[in-house]
Amino acid sequence: MVESALKLERARYERSALVEWLTTVDHKKIGILYFWTSLAFLLIGGLLALLIRTQLIVPDNTFLGPQAYNEVFTMHGTIMIFLVVMPLNAAFFNFFVPLMIGARDVAFPRLNAFSYWAFLFGSLLLLSSFLFGAAPDGGWFGYANLTSSRLYSPGLNIDFWVMGLQVLGVATLASALNFFVTIVNMRAPGMSLMRMPVFVWMTLVTAVLILLAFPSLTVGLVMIMFDRYFGTNFFNPAAGGDPVIWQHLFWIFGHPEVYILILPPMGMISEILPTFSRKPLFGYTFVVFAGIVIAFLSFGVWAHHMFAVGLGPVPNAVFATTTMLIAIPTGVKIFNWLGTLWGGAIEMKTALLFAASFIAMFTIGGISGVMHASVPIDYWQTDSYFVVAHFHYVLFGGSLLAIFAAIYYWFPKMFGRMLDERLGKLHFWLTLIGFNLTFFPMHFLGVDGMPRRIYMYSAGMGWDLWNLVASIGAYLLGASTLLLFVNMLKTLRKPADAPADPWDGRTLEWSIPSPPPAHNFDVVPVVRGRDAFWIEKYGAEEVIGPAPERHGAEAGHNPQNPHNPGPGEGAGHDQAASHGAEHHGDSRIHLPPPSWFPLTTGAGLTLMGIGMVMHASDTLGSLGFPVVGLGIAMVVVSLLGWTFEPIHEEGHA
Amino acid sequence: MSDSTAVGHVPEAHHTTTGISHNKMLMWAFLASDCMFFGSLIWVYMVYRGRSLEGPYTQEILNIPYTSVSAAVLLLSSLAMVLALHGIQHGDMRRFRVWLGATAALGALFLGGQYFEFTEFYHHGLTLEQNLFGTTFFVLTGFHGTHVGIGIIWLVTLILMSLFGRLTPANAERVEVAGLYWHFVDIVWIVIFTLVYLIPY
Ligand code: HEM
Ligand SMILES: [Cu+2]
Repeated sequence: MVESALKLERARYERSALVEWLTTVDHKKIGILYFWTSLAFLLIGGLLALLIRTQLIVPDNTFLGPQAYNEVFTMHGTIMIFLVVMPLNAAFFNFFVPLMIGARDVAFPRLNAFSYWAFLFGSLLLLSSFLFGAAPDGGWFGYANLTSSRLYSPGLNIDFWVMGLQVLGVATLASALNFFVTIVNMRAPGMSLMRMPVFVWMTLVTAVLILLAFPSLTVGLVMIMFDRYFGTNFFNPAAGGDPVIWQHLFWIFGHPEVYILILPPMGMISEILPTFSRKPLFGYTFVVFAGIVIAFLSFGVWAHHMFAVGLGPVPNAVFATTTMLIAIPTGVKIFNWLGTLWGGAIEMKTALLFAASFIAMFTIGGISGVMHASVPIDYWQTDSYFVVAHFHYVLFGGSLLAIFAAIYYWFPKMFGRMLDERLGKLHFWLTLIGFNLTFFPMHFLGVDGMPRRIYMYSAGMGWDLWNLVASIGAYLLGASTLLLFVNMLKTLRKPADAPADPWDGRTLEWSIPSPPPAHNFDVVPVVRGRDAFWIEKYGAEEVIGPAPERHGAEAGHNPQNPHNPGPGEGAGHDQAASHGAEHHGDSRIHLPPPSWFPLTTGAGLTLMGIGMVMHASDTLGSLGFPVVGLGIAMVVVSLLGWTFEPIHEEGHA
Repeated sequence: MSDSTAVGHVPEAHHTTTGISHNKMLMWAFLASDCMFFGSLIWVYMVYRGRSLEGPYTQEILNIPYTSVSAAVLLLSSLAMVLALHGIQHGDMRRFRVWLGATAALGALFLGGQYFEFTEFYHHGLTLEQNLFGTTFFVLTGFHGTHVGIGIIWLVTLILMSLFGRLTPANAERVEVAGLYWHFVDIVWIVIFTLVYLIPY
């Protein structure tokens, strides 16, 4: 039997559970690590948001001083983007992309583990700045030469920011390389590109975006680092340096980055809407190509973040045009999602509610985006709360709502337990109300001239009411997010009895037990079309129909038709049986053995960052470079061990 | 970074959707990303070109004949790399080791030349801090040199692995992948050499 063969093979690696998690190279475990880590960071980032809203709840408030306020909003933005949304996307890439393409792991399992550890350690480096009272305070965009000159930012704050982001960048690039190769190279037989689930497509596009956009950030951060540490003049006007160069480098990264944040969530809802409408995605090809076009265009719009810098009328006009163009493929997607829902047999599950609200909220954010694509309008809106409203509608109303939808949708597959629907719906409604209470008034504030990034405003500006409303909304939002955690923790204490295919799903991850076995598929599936699992269940013609009886009688007749057992009915076995493969006994399935080297490599890399921060400190300065050296040595030794470690039984190195 | 796995008993290079091995695909994707890395650095160099407020200025200090020779050395190393790959692909491990050793040695010679060039410039007063030229020149060429250095370590590792029997003609593709990297670093140097040294100011 597969299980026992695997057990035998893994026996010599069996150690304590802790060691198992520390050394795992299983994409599902790594996905779960990403999942909980970034959800923990969501709590931290959310707490900072509440601090911001508490400071702004009334005029002339003195709850946070200016320095604390700068640190809080900088860390809030940096955390939400790099430590929450990106790694939550990565959690789902990790867990589901191999399952959806019918693979047993990613192309480079150890590199994958390295990505996680570097992400974790890099995040901790960034967060540790709080312990030293030196949290980054230059905004998530870290404009030079405020950040590049020790004259203007003398503390360690920016050093933590630069080093933390560099480590996170390496982690992200490694992960993008991995998923690019995995998707291009590890698809099950029959899984042609145009049969891939849209979520897989968007992961692929995102990986390409990361590969092409992150180097620009890396180079910019290197320059800030050199200016701060080695006295170079990249952004030093006294020597002819030009701080606007940083803005170009940052936004050439920064605008693709916003699509790195939104494309995977778009992929998620492109899976969820069809499932709960019991229809295939409307206009699959359009959705895929719109995603590709968006990615392509996103490299040509960056200067819309710099309209007010003074690049001149010609560049401004060009970038205004490209920015408006990007709304076209975005609109195409929105209509395709609506078309998917249209006429569908809609099941009002929590996942669907979140996915549908994504469409509405994201559209609002898209519309305000097109508004400030117009240069004269942007002169008025830029650096005001209007922009804050815009990007929260696309990032919270977009990315995060879709991620919540994905949590309700995929939690059963990840943990073998169904989240509570009643709590889920409460979570949904409170989130939707809280979100709009918080962020819609910011449009008014922005139009009324309230600038962003200010820690205090005076009474009598006419901003009191909407700030109060926004803050109340934020508390509601905070409370509703706690409901998600309550729901998850409650659910995890229940027995693991989720069926393999609780939603009557369409894609391959639902064809295997919940949670999946270590080797994923007993037999590598053969893909006969788009919505591969649906075709296996119902054949290609029948694409829409009433939901089959959950505990239906007919289930027995048709071996192709899984009977979706309710909780407690021995999930998963029926699936394996319907593939005729429960006792397939392919004893040749070799899983890559666990390894310590990904963790030590990630730690070494982070040690280099720590050393650089130490070098800039008053007290530990002389230890800085030795620690950097130690980090380099650790990376080199780890990589050597990595190279020489046996990874296959037969000794194919 | 050479674990192609999942279907673990299958030797590398086989059973991928595209027929291209994971390792090679990874390298191509990495090089695309690295293009953007060098692209950004070169872009910044070009923007700041000729904008130094004080000397030493570019044309006073660059020694084109000297650097032409070291560029030729690096180009020759690419030839040696090709011969090394040819060696292992034809099962001739001795020829492989000799030429891969030559590749690494030529790379090291290039790096030595760069070290000498840097110290020379330093004595002429060009430092990282001195002016925009120093800032952009040292960082750009320094990152290229770092790439060469990493390449040398990689090549030496491959030679050592072959001595311990861990690299055989069956894994010739590993050498091919290292070769992709090496040739790429070479091509980047041609671009840098043209833009930084050859185009007159
Ligand atoms: C129809 C599509 C979109 C258009 C036309 C658009 C346009 C713009 C423009 C012109 C700005 C600059 C405003 C200013 O600073 O004056 C901006 C800011 C921003 N946008 Fe969008 N946007 C779009 C979609 C998105 C999406 C999908 C996201 C993220 C998921 C996003 C995230 C952001 C963020 C984070 C900022 C603020 C950056 C900062 O200054 O800190 N946008 N957008
Ligand atoms: Cu943008």
